[in-house]
Amino acid sequence: MSQPHYARDLGLCLCHTCGYACDDGAQECPRCHSHVHRRKPNMYARTWALLIAGFILYIPANTLPVMYTSYFGSGTDNTIMSGVIEFWKDGSWDIALLIFIASIVVPCLKFFIMGLLLITCQRRSRWAMRERSKLYRFVELIGYWSMLDVLVVALVAALVQFRALSVVEPRIGILFFGVVVVLTMLAAMTFDPRKIWDAEVDDVR
Amino acid sequence: MSDRPESPTPGTAEVKSHRFRISLIWLVPIAAGLVGLSMVVHSWLSTGPQITVSFQTAEGLEANRTQVKYKNVVIGTVTRIQLSDDRSHVSATIELDESAYPFTRKDSRFWVVRPRIGAGGVSGIDTLLSGVFIGADAGREEETTNTFEGLEAPPPVTYGDSGKRFTLHTSDLGSLYVGAPVYYRRIQVGQVVSYALSKDGKGVDIEIFVNSPNDRFVITDSRFWNASGVDVALGADGLRVNTESLSTIVAGGIAFREPNWSPDPKAANEDTEFELFANEQNALAPPDGEPRYIQMRFDQSLRGMRVDAPVEFLGINVGRVVSMNLEYDDKSGNFPTVIGAVIYPQRLGRAHEELVNEMGGEGDEQTAKLMKRFIDNGLRAQARTGNLLTGQLYIALEFDANAPKVAFNPTTKPIEIPTVAGSFDRLQEQLQAMVDKISRLPVDEIGNNLNGSLAELQRTMKQVNGQVLPEMQGTLKKASETLEQVARTMETANQTLAEDSPQLQQVETTMDELQRTARSMRVLTDYLSRHPEALIRGRSGESAPGSYDPPTPSRTIEEQ
Repeated sequence: MSQPHYARDLGLCLCHTCGYACDDGAQECPRCHSHVHRRKPNMYARTWALLIAGFILYIPANTLPVMYTSYFGSGTDNTIMSGVIEFWKDGSWDIALLIFIASIVVPCLKFFIMGLLLITCQRRSRWAMRERSKLYRFVELIGYWSMLDVLVVALVAALVQFRALSVVEPRIGILFFGVVVVLTMLAAMTFDPRKIWDAEVDDVR
Repeated sequence: MSDRPESPTPGTAEVKSHRFRISLIWLVPIAAGLVGLSMVVHSWLSTGPQITVSFQTAEGLEANRTQVKYKNVVIGTVTRIQLSDDRSHVSATIELDESAYPFTRKDSRFWVVRPRIGAGGVSGIDTLLSGVFIGADAGREEETTNTFEGLEAPPPVTYGDSGKRFTLHTSDLGSLYVGAPVYYRRIQVGQVVSYALSKDGKGVDIEIFVNSPNDRFVITDSRFWNASGVDVALGADGLRVNTESLSTIVAGGIAFREPNWSPDPKAANEDTEFELFANEQNALAPPDGEPRYIQMRFDQSLRGMRVDAPVEFLGINVGRVVSMNLEYDDKSGNFPTVIGAVIYPQRLGRAHEELVNEMGGEGDEQTAKLMKRFIDNGLRAQARTGNLLTGQLYIALEFDANAPKVAFNPTTKPIEIPTVAGSFDRLQEQLQAMVDKISRLPVDEIGNNLNGSLAELQRTMKQVNGQVLPEMQGTLKKASETLEQVARTMETANQTLAEDSPQLQQVETTMDELQRTARSMRVLTDYLSRHPEALIRGRSGESAPGSYDPPTPSRTIEEQ
């Protein structure tokens, strides 16, 4: 099969919301009345901004304590990494690994992949376009799994409230972490994977 | 799709996009950056001083875990623990909070709070579960530093406590320890803060802290005593056990009180120095004043005398024995015991004051003069038995009017007080004399005489038995016969006097006759009194006695 046709060759452009094939140059989708663009507007700036904001907030999310645990009156603040280390030392290497992957590896991967996609698209690189597209789907897929940590803290803080015996309270770090996850998900959403393939043709707006 | 009218709008779209070349979306990373920056600034601003505290051991300390607390408020965290270069101690690096600057003052104190179980109580139990923490106490000095030496035990008094410190002097520490309680009327009001040997090494200086508001009860005249242990006293009112509290039995403590009569009670100032007495009795005794040394020479065995035995003057304890030495007297060839004692004349109270006034001073000269006067009046020392069971002796100073005169040399030092034999010795002497007298009695002779007399008595008794008694028997027999006769006679008499006996009837008849006779005699005398001439002339007819009508005689009545 030869190269597929491009939408603009056919004078069409797809609605982002409902997938309706509108006329090229239409302002609104005649079916759902949402704005119609050939590509997601201002894509590079938005994705970069969200990604950078997420990266900045990732620093306090890791350095600030996410959870305060208190057993018999002696309380300690735990950051994400110290929690992982503690679990590892206590012998629960599986839990340590899970938290490590969900809270450290996945956000880092997202920053790396999104950065890579943005840079290659801006450079109109034709390198490994199919793999890059797969990477993008992977990022979209694993994006919300990072919320695992936030969920764990929220659950534990709600359940472990035994006053004098032991108390678990969330700390400000988990808020930053949650914001980081949301921002990276938004970044993945604003990224338009069609830009990967635009390297093959002239710039499409 | 097809009938869409061509519109000339693309131009305006171009203009729109040019206007917003810098997208608003960049506000998101800017906001994130600002938040991050503010956190950095905040953490930089909230970083407090970093200090290093050295401890003997890092037992229980954990980096990034162990907290520093003041009044149970966290003021910092241990960030690093490492050995010192010479490995003699560990140094803990502590990040203090920004508000903890007062804790860098040079005299601030740090100590590790661990569970402690002592005689005085249990503390820090919560650290058993929660792990140890470092206690801190902010100092007061202006100068600051960042290296501290940690204490091994918590300080008993923190700087924040209000109260007063006092220093007590004593000869030895006893069972006191830092943290030992201080009692006032059996209520704990303070504790021992520290102790140290005095500068000359001849005593112990104990520093105590009395908490506010009870520190106002420490007055200038307060007496402190060591309340350790149990005071068991057997008195006239029975057995009395006296102790401050259970913990003082085990661990010791200090108690204080004002004397019953203190003329000018004023709250004592901080750092006032007091003497610590061995017990309550000594502490509450009036002040002793200047001691005087006296000597006594006893010619008897002083078994039961010991150093610290009391010296009593007319029953009042005025001093104590301080030395006992045996000497050899060349002339008499015996071994007198020389007792040295100190007496405190002030214990005599009013008498002392009056004597001082009289003698015009308290110097050695006046004392010697006074002693001479006393000794001339018969003041003598005597070793007496204070306790018959244990045979303990005490020295009694008393006036003995019958004591032989003794020459007193007022210039000798120390003053020597003549002695008389002890009361028990005297009693012994008297007993001896009595026993001697008894032994001199002619017991044998008396016995012989007594024997002879008894033999005589025996003979007499035998005679009585053999001769007198048989005669007595005969006599008694006769007597009983006589008595029988008497009884018979009495019976006869009885019969005679019976109511229906003829003798009685005869007597009755006789009595009737006699009555009649008496009547006729009356008639006669009547008649004669009226007719006295009848004695000469005889009776006239009309005045014959026949006109008289006699009553019926008893006999006719009977016959009727």
